[in-house]
Amino acid sequence: MPSAPLLQLDRLSTHYVSAQGTRIVRAVDEVSLSLNAGETLGIVGESGSGKSTLALTLLRVLPPAARIVGGRMLLDGEDLVQKSDVEMREIRGKKIAMILQDPMASLNPLFTIGNQVAEPIQVHEGARRKTAWERARALLKAVRIQSPEARVKQYPHEMSGGMRQRIVGAIGISCEPRLLIADEPTTSLDLTIQAQYLNLLRELQREHGLALIFITHNLGIVAKMCDQLAVMYAGRVVESGPVSRIFNAPTHPYTEALLNSIPRMSDPDQRLTAIDGQPPNLAALPPGCAFAPRCLQAVPRCREAAPPPFVPEEGRTARCWLAEPSVAPADQRVASGAI
Amino acid sequence: MALIEAIDIAKHFSARRNAFGGERGVVRAVDGISFAIEQGQTLGIVGESGCGKTTTAKLVLGLEEPSGGTMRFEGRDLRTLDGAGRREYRKSIQAVFQDPYASLNPRMRIGAIIAEPLVTNEKVTADEVRARVAELLDLVGLPAHAADLFPHEFSGGQRQRIAIARALALSPKLIVLDEPVSALDVSIRAQILNLLRDLQARLGLSYLFIAHDLAAVAHMSHMIAVMYLGKIVESGEARSLARAPKHPYTEALFSAALPNHPDDRREEIILPGEVPSPINPPSGCRFHPRCPRAMPGCAEQPPALQVVGSGRVACYLYDSVETDRAAAPIAAG
Repeated sequence: MPSAPLLQLDRLSTHYVSAQGTRIVRAVDEVSLSLNAGETLGIVGESGSGKSTLALTLLRVLPPAARIVGGRMLLDGEDLVQKSDVEMREIRGKKIAMILQDPMASLNPLFTIGNQVAEPIQVHEGARRKTAWERARALLKAVRIQSPEARVKQYPHEMSGGMRQRIVGAIGISCEPRLLIADEPTTSLDLTIQAQYLNLLRELQREHGLALIFITHNLGIVAKMCDQLAVMYAGRVVESGPVSRIFNAPTHPYTEALLNSIPRMSDPDQRLTAIDGQPPNLAALPPGCAFAPRCLQAVPRCREAAPPPFVPEEGRTARCWLAEPSVAPADQRVASGAI
Repeated sequence: MALIEAIDIAKHFSARRNAFGGERGVVRAVDGISFAIEQGQTLGIVGESGCGKTTTAKLVLGLEEPSGGTMRFEGRDLRTLDGAGRREYRKSIQAVFQDPYASLNPRMRIGAIIAEPLVTNEKVTADEVRARVAELLDLVGLPAHAADLFPHEFSGGQRQRIAIARALALSPKLIVLDEPVSALDVSIRAQILNLLRDLQARLGLSYLFIAHDLAAVAHMSHMIAVMYLGKIVESGEARSLARAPKHPYTEALFSAALPNHPDDRREEIILPGEVPSPINPPSGCRFHPRCPRAMPGCAEQPPALQVVGSGRVACYLYDSVETDRAAAPIAAG
């Protein structure tokens, strides 16, 4: 096969189960996605949509209450769900790396920068300390840290927020992973520093042929950085496909509403389309489509049965009855009343 | 007459270099800025961390005393106000903060939270308080029975509505909005921004709007002031400033804003380095070490804010264009 995707998720589900086993939260529910090497996927969702649990699932670093209850995740054709913990430890940091939101919390304040950047190289590649430190200096240079010779001997508190985030990025790429997952990597950074950082990530991606996953609530980051987009709502991917096609013609009403709710610099007089209501409680989801109670285009069927992922066009999916190939005519749609 | 006017105000803090004393420095958090907010209008302040936005908000709220300059409220110098005048000023200016999880007392019922400013500032009967709370809840789109509930029973967006209701309790003239939507979910932000705009139209409120999200500031504001290291580098009517920024910093800032659409490809100006410390700001124009268009003279004298087109810019690039060095504050057109 010429181009098997690097990562393929097939109906992956992760649930949180309460101690008595009575309450189940479907944080990630039948998620299917694929990503090619060198491509960037944006996973967008609000708090509680399951996007961060999905990232933890990919790395298999879930909290004790969470279980992968079904599905497969193939990285280079190997199913990570079936890997033992020992095997996963070899993959984490080596083949899949992650950048977390808060660079203050992802660096250990008691170790020097050099130690922390060199550690994965020593662990995964069995490199000697001296070689690992040499690589660390090269990596710091690659992430545009000035005078890396001096910086490797310093501690995290001696760096600014933007520098720390770049160091976390250097640790992420230290073992040349195939896939880099960035969970809200720039939310704690200022605008001009965010622009620097996003450009840096894009250059690193180009140089190393990295596949990138951006987990974010910010559609602007998706518009700027991503090729593919997956919109999550209440644990499910409600829409996925190429970024520009989704932005030009969203299929799912939730995606459409999200795109219309953002203020635009070009049109300050527009009235923002607010999405009424609140994101649902994952432990008590409504029957049918989870977005139906907030959806302006909901039909009675939406409240009865959850829509499967339809394929409105090649390369796109949408979990919405309106995207069903033989879609209901407009007159059957009823305006949603409050539930 | 502007509702509130700041003329060359400054706030300096003294800072110790380390826990054992050592050399002392002065943090020039706000270093001589002038602005005005008209009744019923919004002034947006944008800038990165450490530029002095929040200190400016505190100065307006009267939570900090300015180290220099004059603040005027409805034409009266704040320093000349007596105790009663000062109380009246404080009642006219209220605030809504970023985190609605931290700004509401978890042990108080919503009714008590909203009524607190009333009870502490005015002589009101229990019935009047109840009626006013119901009215305020209605104003922000919450049901009347919310008054009997506790903050944990509400979502982030609803909590922010409660915080807005509390800010409205004393019928203020100006509300300081410090990142009012950045802690909220994307689908909820538009609800709150729309509510704030509706309230402004209905009650004739003025806002001082501080946020990182440039598109939200441009959406909400009539005037925008861009701050860098304690100084206003550019100010002007919101739309023209957002469309055609003049100061190289404003240009870079707006070019770094994230696009709305993947096809929206614009030229990006990536600034080198980071914002320097306000303890020892660069000489001359404070932006010159990062400025892509810096000239030899920029490091010497700080440029004055001068009228350029419809706004004001503090940059030597515009020196030859027009020279109006009158230090008049910016005002909404």
